[in-house]
Amino acid sequence: MPLLTLTSEEWTAMLLSLKVAAVAVVFSLPLGLLVAWLLSRREFWGKSLLNGLVHLPLILPPVVTGYLLLITFGRRGTVGAFLDQAFGLVFSFRWTGAALAAAVMGFPLLVRSIRLSLDAVDQRLESAAATLGAPPAYVFFTVTLPLILPGIAAGAILAFAKSMGEFGATITFVSNIPGETQTLASAIYTYTQVPGGDLAAMRLTVISIILSLGALIASEFLSRRIAARVGTA
Amino acid sequence: MLDLAIHHRQGDFTLEAELTVGEGLTALFGPSGSGKTTLINIIAGLVRPTQGRIRFNGTTWSDGTTFLPPHRRRIGYVFQEGRLFPHLTVLQNLRYAERLLPRAERREDLDRIASLLGIADLLARRPARLSGGEKQRVALGRALMASPKLLLMDEPLSALDGALKAQILPYIERIRDDFGVPILYVSHSVEEVARLATAVITFDKGRASAVGRPDEALATVLHASGGLPAGNFIEADIVAHHPADGLTEARSAVGPLLLRQTSLAMGTRVRVFVPVSDIVVATEKVEGLSALNRLSGQLVAIEEGAGASVTLTVDCHGQMMIAEVTRRSLRQLALVPGKPVHLLFKTVSIAPDALYREARD
Repeated sequence: MPLLTLTSEEWTAMLLSLKVAAVAVVFSLPLGLLVAWLLSRREFWGKSLLNGLVHLPLILPPVVTGYLLLITFGRRGTVGAFLDQAFGLVFSFRWTGAALAAAVMGFPLLVRSIRLSLDAVDQRLESAAATLGAPPAYVFFTVTLPLILPGIAAGAILAFAKSMGEFGATITFVSNIPGETQTLASAIYTYTQVPGGDLAAMRLTVISIILSLGALIASEFLSRRIAARVGTA
Repeated sequence: MLDLAIHHRQGDFTLEAELTVGEGLTALFGPSGSGKTTLINIIAGLVRPTQGRIRFNGTTWSDGTTFLPPHRRRIGYVFQEGRLFPHLTVLQNLRYAERLLPRAERREDLDRIASLLGIADLLARRPARLSGGEKQRVALGRALMASPKLLLMDEPLSALDGALKAQILPYIERIRDDFGVPILYVSHSVEEVARLATAVITFDKGRASAVGRPDEALATVLHASGGLPAGNFIEADIVAHHPADGLTEARSAVGPLLLRQTSLAMGTRVRVFVPVSDIVVATEKVEGLSALNRLSGQLVAIEEGAGASVTLTVDCHGQMMIAEVTRRSLRQLALVPGKPVHLLFKTVSIAPDALYREARD
């Protein structure tokens, strides 16, 4: 079945996409949790600004986000130069850059989902825990966190799906280098630009649909399982 | 010993309290919206008072400069709505506080508390699968397992119906008598306060009055409340048993009382409830009447009631008693404030068993 058999190049693109999306979600999760908590539970100066900043990638053209990443995290960008010198961490034209772009693009979805579930937590349960002798951090890990797990799972999977499909910011920031930064989306784009690439583009499109749909179904399933387990459903 | 003096503003509402609370069960008693729950939340550390100080057993919990957060106050708090953790089993709920206590500070035993509260069979369940009464018993157990030095209860029975309340009241009595932890109990139910309290703080429009004895706070119940008709509470000591007649004699501030025979020991203090509907008012000593209980006093006030009746307030040796007569009787007996009267009621009519109670003071 040559129609459905992937070439090694296509395999590479798919595996790279999975890696980029996984790394993006894993590394943005702690920060997403913190930001969601700040937005849900704390009043501070600049809260609307932070909220806007988090949601910016959702409304900006992806190419703008990618360009902003390029000028800050690129080799000659202030942050990029510092990270390169201090930790040897390079983003530009590397898969790590693709992961960064994916993380930034998925961040609003992650934060939004966690924040909504934090808003829904009955804070009277948290004060009950405090009266039982639990310090705030202990309350967070034993009461709050278990109760928002469905929201965290849903947010993480949405962010993962968004990362898998991210194209504009990635290609602007780290270009389209096979084996390094060529994700599923950029590979499809490449095949549509060359003569005779239709079949390959179609194959990758089908894979893309399957992965995204799978992620959505998994998210639903996971949320419901966890909700049943923590007794909130 | 809890000692507090606070002034707290919350929007338009102002709460003022200056109290010292000791052993036993102290009821915070008053209508809804009078600040009872706010005061108990301030004591728990869930609400920070705008001004004032709270001290407990020599430790300052709150004043102008210090504020001890709730998790360091060593309290147990039973909330009106239970507030069990939905993601944990009953067992995990009960053990929640235990893990936070150093081993040496753990005073309570899970098995003992589970059997005391009758929840030993529920340990594996989740709160969603418990009935209302079971939830409140687990909430009681969870608070006790924290080995608290002060137990706070905010209307723990108000979400339950009458039959369930009656089931849980004995458990609270047991906690009061067996654990030796001072309890603050918020309630607007006369019945609960009469049955449970060893001291009462009355609340009115955000002002908490000094701690009083339950009989002073409760002496008369002007209006039917929570399954209890209007009536009088009389505190009395058992002084004699008359087995031949099937009677028990008790001495009270208002005079001697004859009760149906009980097995209570001599000297036991009981709280007796006499509903107004059972009291007959006479202006002279009556002979040839079967009623065994006869109290004498002086009429101090006449209050118009609904329908044909009026409410009389009678001063019986210092304690106020209320009685009801019809307007016609009021006219025929020529009742006016200052007139000496006798209050008569039958032995059999005294005190439903549930209101007998041994006070531990």
